[in-house]
Amino acid sequence: MTTIHEVNSTGPLLEIRDLAINFSSSTGDVPAVRNAHLTVMPGETVAIVGESGSGKSTTALAAIGLLPENGRVTGGRILFAGEDLTQAGPKRIMELRGNSIGMVPQDPMSNLNPVWKIGPQIKETLRANGLPSGPDDVAKVLSEAGLPDAERRARQFPHEFSGGMRQRALIAIGLSCRPKLLIADEPTSALDVTVQRQILDHLETMTAELGTAVLLITHDLGLAAERARKVVVMYKGQVVESGAAQEILTNPRHPYTKRLVEAAPSLSSRRIQSARAAGVDSAELLAPPVEEAAAAADNVIEVQDLTKVFKLRAGFGKSTDFTAVDGVSFAIKRGTTTAVVGESGSGKSTVARMVLNLEAPTSGRILFDGVEMAGLSRGELLKFRRRVQPIFQDPYGSLDPMYNIFRTIEEPLRVHRIGDSRSREAKVRKLLDQVALPASVMRRFPNELSGGQRQRIAIARALALDPEVVICDEAVSALDVLVQDQILNLLAELQHELGLSYLFITHDLAVVRQIADHVCVMEKGRLVEAGSTDTVFDSPRQDYTRDLLAAIPGARLELPPEVA
Amino acid sequence: MPEHRRDYIEHYVAPIEETPLQATDKVSEDVQPLSLWAEAWRNLRRQPLFVIASVLILLIVVVALFPALFTQTEPNANCQLANSDGGPAPGHPLGFTIQGCDVYARLIYGTRASLTVGIFATLGTLLIGGTLGAIAGFHGGWLDSVIARIGDVFFALPLILGAIIIMQLPFFRENRNVWTVVITLVVFGWPQVARITRGAVISVRNADFVTAARSLGVSRPAALVRHVIPNALAPVIVVATVNLGIFIVAEATLSFLGIGLPPDVMSWGNDISAAQVSLRSNPSTLLWPAAALSVTVLSFIMLGDALRDALDPKARKR
Repeated sequence: MTTIHEVNSTGPLLEIRDLAINFSSSTGDVPAVRNAHLTVMPGETVAIVGESGSGKSTTALAAIGLLPENGRVTGGRILFAGEDLTQAGPKRIMELRGNSIGMVPQDPMSNLNPVWKIGPQIKETLRANGLPSGPDDVAKVLSEAGLPDAERRARQFPHEFSGGMRQRALIAIGLSCRPKLLIADEPTSALDVTVQRQILDHLETMTAELGTAVLLITHDLGLAAERARKVVVMYKGQVVESGAAQEILTNPRHPYTKRLVEAAPSLSSRRIQSARAAGVDSAELLAPPVEEAAAAADNVIEVQDLTKVFKLRAGFGKSTDFTAVDGVSFAIKRGTTTAVVGESGSGKSTVARMVLNLEAPTSGRILFDGVEMAGLSRGELLKFRRRVQPIFQDPYGSLDPMYNIFRTIEEPLRVHRIGDSRSREAKVRKLLDQVALPASVMRRFPNELSGGQRQRIAIARALALDPEVVICDEAVSALDVLVQDQILNLLAELQHELGLSYLFITHDLAVVRQIADHVCVMEKGRLVEAGSTDTVFDSPRQDYTRDLLAAIPGARLELPPEVA
Repeated sequence: MPEHRRDYIEHYVAPIEETPLQATDKVSEDVQPLSLWAEAWRNLRRQPLFVIASVLILLIVVVALFPALFTQTEPNANCQLANSDGGPAPGHPLGFTIQGCDVYARLIYGTRASLTVGIFATLGTLLIGGTLGAIAGFHGGWLDSVIARIGDVFFALPLILGAIIIMQLPFFRENRNVWTVVITLVVFGWPQVARITRGAVISVRNADFVTAARSLGVSRPAALVRHVIPNALAPVIVVATVNLGIFIVAEATLSFLGIGLPPDVMSWGNDISAAQVSLRSNPSTLLWPAAALSVTVLSFIMLGDALRDALDPKARKR
């Protein structure tokens, strides 16, 4: 059966049937993928969607013979143009790689060899696949990738490229041998939305021109539906639903897909209301929250003309100035959420660090409850720390791995000498309950919890001192869609319950739509647009804001109203 | 087999009973809590390298603490020149030295000096190197540069050469004992520990959990002691374990050269040195202390290797 080489022109290019993959671990075999099946026709784009650990990458890597060493195909078949790859020897797989199946890896920062120039890295691919590899051929590949001035670019090192340019180079390498199938594993998840759109547009044009089929792996249902004709949804190592993109989005039938579609943030979604608020008065849902009602200037934080200049070393005592934040002013009304949006390098995180008093502003003022922070004494500063708490992006980095959950949440209480050990334990239990975690996690350590659970622990710790303001620096960006939705709902619930004010720093406009009352859009250290969420989203005044909004995957999709 | 037509896409839905839906981000409550150290211990327990090394080290420590348990022979009292270079005899399994002393008894009683030097030199380097390294890494800036340069000065001197010079100083020449050897080894050993600690502290210093602790109101020194140092400890422990073996060798080397422990202190280095003269006539007097030395050092280096595997941050599960 493995000797059928002639390809039926109408037959599928890649067909995965009943694929099962096991990982061997110290505790025995762990099934990673079961009953996976998908079909890619020649020239077609198919997306695999799923959360982390759903087996989407594993399935795709099996097709190119790149499973990790402890992974093994234990059942099913992978048919590439009629040939069963699970039976093919390593030599045959090597022949197919690059030539017939190309690959674009996830992280453009670590997938180019930093000590080699770009040119030789492309040359290597061409030569490995027996293609002409002269300087002209290399330049041609690069210019196809949409990099102008290709010959000069070929002589540059990866660190001289931006993230988007690197990903373009990787796409160029992946497509340089004209493969029939390109596997793109989260090709843009590390990039800004506007860059993401450019890269995906480019990938689409190139593969359409060459007639290459694309297997796109992504966690973003909106992106999958926008880019692919067919979507395969994976959950816990199994394919739970597959079909036409539009069909899956508008008519999801498996409960998991339904949940995913509901949770996916999009521009058409509305501000999350806490369940209790919604229950009390459904009419309130329609009215824009607080905003007009509390129009009086009850600002808990006021930022006036904030500027931060970093000195960059330029050798031998000289330094150049880099203005990270340039004259930013905004205010956070008590009990509301203000979001600061921008791409990487826009200075939004520096604003957060200055508001947290971890970084001193070069000029400008930060008023907390009308009191300027700059002149605070140590004791007053300690009091301020109690009232403003941060939640960070990386749930794996923000909890001390040596502390168990109880000590982690208890630490702020101990530092501020609040209560005795018994009342502290009661408080920790209450906090865990507030973030919907069982009290039994108290004796656990962070390495045993998932990202979303750690983020909930971080929220509980932030709430331990009953703060008035919580500063969320990309607090949900590292989480899967469903978990992200859960955390956002939790934050909204807590805001309603405790009257918290949030400063939400994020690059994700869809999230802003769900959580924020006010938005400040930042570009290159400057505040370019500010206003209520509805105003900014419905009628953006700046081109930059419009670009950002248009770049959100799924923004152009029509969703039925009940889903949105 | 489903039909593959370009324009038709089948809408497949998996049977729900085969793909049950779980609550989002469910906490599994049936697992035992495990700290990083507990997890490392669980890994270590299953490693033969670790088990062998720790059994040997335990044995060596017991020998050093209670030498009388292992031999009834007084190592120095019954030396009779009549037995000089004698082979194994009843009650004297390893024979006699050129002075007619029992090799086995000297071996057992020599353990204590070697191990004492090793342990205290390691503790000393940890204390000085660890503290300076942690301060340098956490503070950064000029303090970092100053400590690093001072360390480099000591680092640049070869240990043996430097030790020869120090041991020739009048004070050290007149008061030669275990502690002078320890001091010498610490003086030249601390920069290595300081470097490792500094690197480990720098890698942890900017972690989010340290920033989080700072914004909770934890002061800088408290953050260093409570959050940074515990997380930077693993590589330091590994280096310290390997160093312990190296210090024992260094003591033997210094004693062999005649500038380490005074001849009246029983140590493997002194015995190896004394055995030089009978290398041709009775090589076993050289062989046994050298073997004891090798096994001890090997055990500590194996332990260090096993610890490195268990504590390596890259090997840690998330």
